[in-house]
Amino acid sequence: MKNSDLANTLAIFKREFLSYFNSPVLYVIVVIYLLASMGFTFFFGRFLDSDNASLTQTFFFWHPWIYIVLAPAVGMRLWSEEHRLGTFELLMTMPLSPWQAIVGKFVAAALVWAIGLALTFSIVITVSWLGNPDPGPMITGYVASYMYALGCLAVTSAASAYTRSQVVCFIVSVALCILLTLIGYPGIVDSVVRTLPGSLEGLVRFVSYLSFMDHFYEMTKGIFVIRDVLYFVSVIVVALIITHLGLRSKRA
Amino acid sequence: MIQVQNLRKEFGAKVAVDNVSFTVEKGEVLGFLGPNGAGKSTSMRMVTGYFRPTSGSIKIGGVDMLENPELAKKSIGYLPENAPLYSDMTVASFLGFCAEVRGITGAAKSKAIDRVLDLCFLHRVRNQSVDTLSKGYRHRTCFAQSIIHDPDILILDEPTDGLDPNQKHEVRQLIKNMGRNKAIIFSTHILEEVDAACSRAMIIDRGKVVADGTPESLRKLVPGCASLDEVFRSLTRSDLEK
Repeated sequence: MKNSDLANTLAIFKREFLSYFNSPVLYVIVVIYLLASMGFTFFFGRFLDSDNASLTQTFFFWHPWIYIVLAPAVGMRLWSEEHRLGTFELLMTMPLSPWQAIVGKFVAAALVWAIGLALTFSIVITVSWLGNPDPGPMITGYVASYMYALGCLAVTSAASAYTRSQVVCFIVSVALCILLTLIGYPGIVDSVVRTLPGSLEGLVRFVSYLSFMDHFYEMTKGIFVIRDVLYFVSVIVVALIITHLGLRSKRA
Repeated sequence: MIQVQNLRKEFGAKVAVDNVSFTVEKGEVLGFLGPNGAGKSTSMRMVTGYFRPTSGSIKIGGVDMLENPELAKKSIGYLPENAPLYSDMTVASFLGFCAEVRGITGAAKSKAIDRVLDLCFLHRVRNQSVDTLSKGYRHRTCFAQSIIHDPDILILDEPTDGLDPNQKHEVRQLIKNMGRNKAIIFSTHILEEVDAACSRAMIIDRGKVVADGTPESLRKLVPGCASLDEVFRSLTRSDLEK
């Protein structure tokens, strides 16, 4: 990577990142995210009744469901907005490669989520004050949670490359994220395995292995497996390649 | 500076641009004329590297646009049709972003921004949000973006669209002045602009070049036609005839 490549990516990143702070959407999403993650933890997760100094079942457990809706809300403007405003044409006639723009924008959205996730620090303080938690699962829980958010964001980036409508992008991304979550949901996988002939079990297990959920749970348990991180990294890479193809098709 | 050969673009079964060739040298201002949907914008989008041509070659200052797009794009400034802008930015921050992507940073960046704000009479709206600008200002902001890196080549898609008569006059003067040491292509369907700013004009109809020459020679092209307006109408077909 040359210096100019990095400079271009940085310029795109900076513009995209700052634009989040110019729009009310970001603040709304972060507030909803904090309310939802804390609300789920205390009311549905029964954090205080559980009498357990762990965040795995009470806090991280709910994150996938929050990300399914909120990550597309953050990412839906990535490329749809460029298509709608026509600035996509401007961007693609500037001396930068589409990859620099794709990566710059994705990293901006990713950093926005890092801020959102960092603002949940109060739950860490709470659990440390009330009990004596094991830091291992807490760290892997945060990594897993962030990876999940990035996976959803990358899927949204891909969807936004194909449409100029943020609404269409949002709905398609939410549907895709739900699909990628549910195909690995233990209850659903088991009932599918029971219904289908036994010879297909291997296939079902394989499909469920491709789901976000499978890898997320492994990681929140406190076992840091490089395999699961690699899984999310490959999801992101594949989604960004699909983004690239989508952008190219708009210029054909 | 710009060498375009046998350019062709198909969208599915529809041929938008058919075998268009031309060259533009430094010091030339080429006017693209033609009815709506003639292929003016599509041609310009290929020259700027936005669309990939179905066949043909584009060379920008000797650099092949299809083989080395990032280098070729460096020497081009482009004003797309409808003057797109990021609506959440101010005029100055938008121009700053465009400068950065062009590799202009630090003190050179603020100098470049001031220069184009001057040239395009935008000082008054410098810190105004793009969202709240009137159409004329939006257009000039996008125009300012196209000259922020002082490019050798300027490609302007309907640069005077939506401007009031005073602004139209200013932009034409600007194009004429810059045309002395740049290669400029601009499209228009206002024929008086050709006389006001172009050293050469090309008439395109249904994707094909139907006339190419100085405004003076175009006027003499069709016997019995005295004005450019009449020549235009006799060479191109209106929607009624299509």
